[in-house]
Amino acid sequence: MREYLLGNVAIAKGILEAGAGVVAGYPGTPSSEIVDTLAPLAKDRGLHVEWSVNEKVALEVAIGASWTGTRSAATMKHVGLNVAADPFMTLAYLGVKGGLVVISADDPYCHSSQNEQDSRRYGLFAQVPCLDPADPQEARDMTLRAFDLSEQFGVPVLVRPTTRVSHARSDVLVGSPQSRNPNPKFEKDPARRVALPVHARPLHAELLAKQEAIETALEEMPWNRLEKRGKIGVIASGIAGLYAEEAIAELDVDVSLLRIGTCPPPRKMIKDLLEHVSKVMVIEEMDPIVEEFVERAAKEHNPTIEILGKASGHIPGVGELDPLIVRNAIADTLNELKKEPLVLEDATLSILPPRPPALCPGCSHRATYYAMKKAFGKDAIFPNDIGCYTMAIQMGTVDTCLCMGASITIASGIRFGGDKKDICCVLGDSTFLHAGMPGLLNAAYNKARMTVAVLDNSITAMTGHQPNPVTGCTACGESAVPLSIEKVAKALGAGHVETTDPYDLNATVEAFKRAKEYDGLSVVVAKQTCVIEAIRSGIRRPRFRVIEDACKGCMKCIQFGCPAIEFDGEVARINALCSGCGVCAQICPHEAIEVVE
Amino acid sequence: MKTSQCDVVVVGVGGQGVILISDIIGKAAMKADLPVRGAETHGMAQRGGSVVNHIRVGCEYSAMVSPGGADVLLALEPTEALRYAEYLSPEGTALVNTKPVLPITVTTGAAEYPKLEDILGPLEILCKDLKVMDATGLAAQAGHPQAANVVMLGALSKYLPIDTETLMEALEETVPPKFLEINKKAFELGKIEVE
Repeated sequence: MREYLLGNVAIAKGILEAGAGVVAGYPGTPSSEIVDTLAPLAKDRGLHVEWSVNEKVALEVAIGASWTGTRSAATMKHVGLNVAADPFMTLAYLGVKGGLVVISADDPYCHSSQNEQDSRRYGLFAQVPCLDPADPQEARDMTLRAFDLSEQFGVPVLVRPTTRVSHARSDVLVGSPQSRNPNPKFEKDPARRVALPVHARPLHAELLAKQEAIETALEEMPWNRLEKRGKIGVIASGIAGLYAEEAIAELDVDVSLLRIGTCPPPRKMIKDLLEHVSKVMVIEEMDPIVEEFVERAAKEHNPTIEILGKASGHIPGVGELDPLIVRNAIADTLNELKKEPLVLEDATLSILPPRPPALCPGCSHRATYYAMKKAFGKDAIFPNDIGCYTMAIQMGTVDTCLCMGASITIASGIRFGGDKKDICCVLGDSTFLHAGMPGLLNAAYNKARMTVAVLDNSITAMTGHQPNPVTGCTACGESAVPLSIEKVAKALGAGHVETTDPYDLNATVEAFKRAKEYDGLSVVVAKQTCVIEAIRSGIRRPRFRVIEDACKGCMKCIQFGCPAIEFDGEVARINALCSGCGVCAQICPHEAIEVVE
Repeated sequence: MKTSQCDVVVVGVGGQGVILISDIIGKAAMKADLPVRGAETHGMAQRGGSVVNHIRVGCEYSAMVSPGGADVLLALEPTEALRYAEYLSPEGTALVNTKPVLPITVTTGAAEYPKLEDILGPLEILCKDLKVMDATGLAAQAGHPQAANVVMLGALSKYLPIDTETLMEALEETVPPKFLEINKKAFELGKIEVE
């Protein structure tokens, strides 16, 4: 059956067709829609689908399931694989029973990420196969096949889509879902399940011994295909292969093409091509991984061949590729005419007002930051974290952002490093549960004097409103005990813990002041429902308006930065985006903002 | 060799319904038995930021339209048309909704919204054909200003290798039944606008 599917939905279909029984993930763009797609189907299909509290947890849940013989998958974004790297690396030694597929979605150009690391390196690092899809069809096909490969070699298999695969749509041929292993059983086998040094040493040797067979199997995968034509060759991996194929068709030139979909790449095909051509261009996004293989192969098989790619400066090493970059790179090697990209003059584009993503109208994070800054002053240090709230950088309350949970730990380090200023670090509920808790425990244990603000909107909002333990329900919508961040913070050793409603501005300023004065580690939980969730669940608050005669044009409300407040040069105005949080009315020094009854 | 029958880049602001347009076209292309590709903006860019979607009808390559390759640039917002003008083919058409959505940089007074003629002037030079319409006004006429995206889809329909009937079928499957009549009218008004 053919369906018009998002790449991530195609991956979810592949997981269902493989008969997986357990799927665990942590939300992260561009990977989130895989679990989002499977969760509503879980009950009917008898699957266990979960949003785990972080990627390490997700992978370990998948590993446990695999060891019962149940096929399982763990999904995450590329930086999530860093968090899951600990189990991932040793799992390659211990091996799997039911096929285990790790999907790590990369984000070239950092559309929604803090870096553009290349997950294929993790495949090579752990010595497990990595599949590199070019489009949603390959994403579905590779996911399905990855389970077989995993069982064939007893290792986890990595599938690495990129943003332009995960968030592409196309007509995809899919099959029927299969049922999960009906007889799961964990069998005791310490030599393969307990990573004691005495077991790890022979298992490492075993993993090395498998590599040749793995490479042979990958070589024969249908996503590696060589078309020998002219004496100039192109080698392109993943989505770059599709760009190259289109460029060659459009230029209508006689070029040999090797398209690659596996890592390690197919050595025999590379050798075959290198012996056929006199010049070769290697095209891939992010790291020059295939290029490094080609360079090594050339030394052996064709030392005089000219290799063009990232090292030679023909293919960019940062950002994402597009059809024009690839077309022109190929045209360049053939001395064909390059298509000059349209470059608009700066003067033409300079009239455009920037349109950065911003916190929603009525978002409680904005109010929390406002109160926090009022209590702490602008000279205090505000280490920040990863979530919607990082977008408030223009408010002057985001001084650092490194990785999940690093707000608290970097704040501690700044304190121990000797800066005497007040410190208030900020992270959201999901990030606190993901990696913030060990940091808070560490700060309490090692006596960091500072304040931690947890912006608790009870949802993982940035990635598409996935539930977490604070929400009170699971991925599949079953109710769960809602976790209390206050109780956790106290249990971890915070001396002063207080909860406040950020929509009550004065009370929140006072709460931050008390936290600031506390001689030790203090925690402020700023608790208010995510405004999008509130609207979805039918909460309607009356809107606010500006009393024009009372407005003095002081712009205090404008500086608050809510998209619902506009300035026409003389007075402020509240537009239709107002969600009725009422914070601007509390900010206005002239009582010029009132509720619309 | 031409590698796609029709390449469209749809731009606008998060919340304007850019994804709905590509969804309807994708479903219609499937009905018409044409291979179709699309690329969407998710994540951070959705929070009131600018949004760009690519749709390629009758194409078996990647979902990405080449800069300089779009047969049609469909803009739900005027400044976004100019922001993504690099995608337009010199032989292409720009269909632009004239109703601005003010970015936060303008509402807070940090930047100014340009005059419409300063946006349209450069666009006119860049492509073969520029067509502007008050899609938001037409949508209001049809029953709801939010249907501006479907007005623009109606205008786009003239340029797609898919017949109107098939697009309407896909529209019916996609929009909620209670808004169907408004959307059908919006589609018609957009279509008339480019005839």
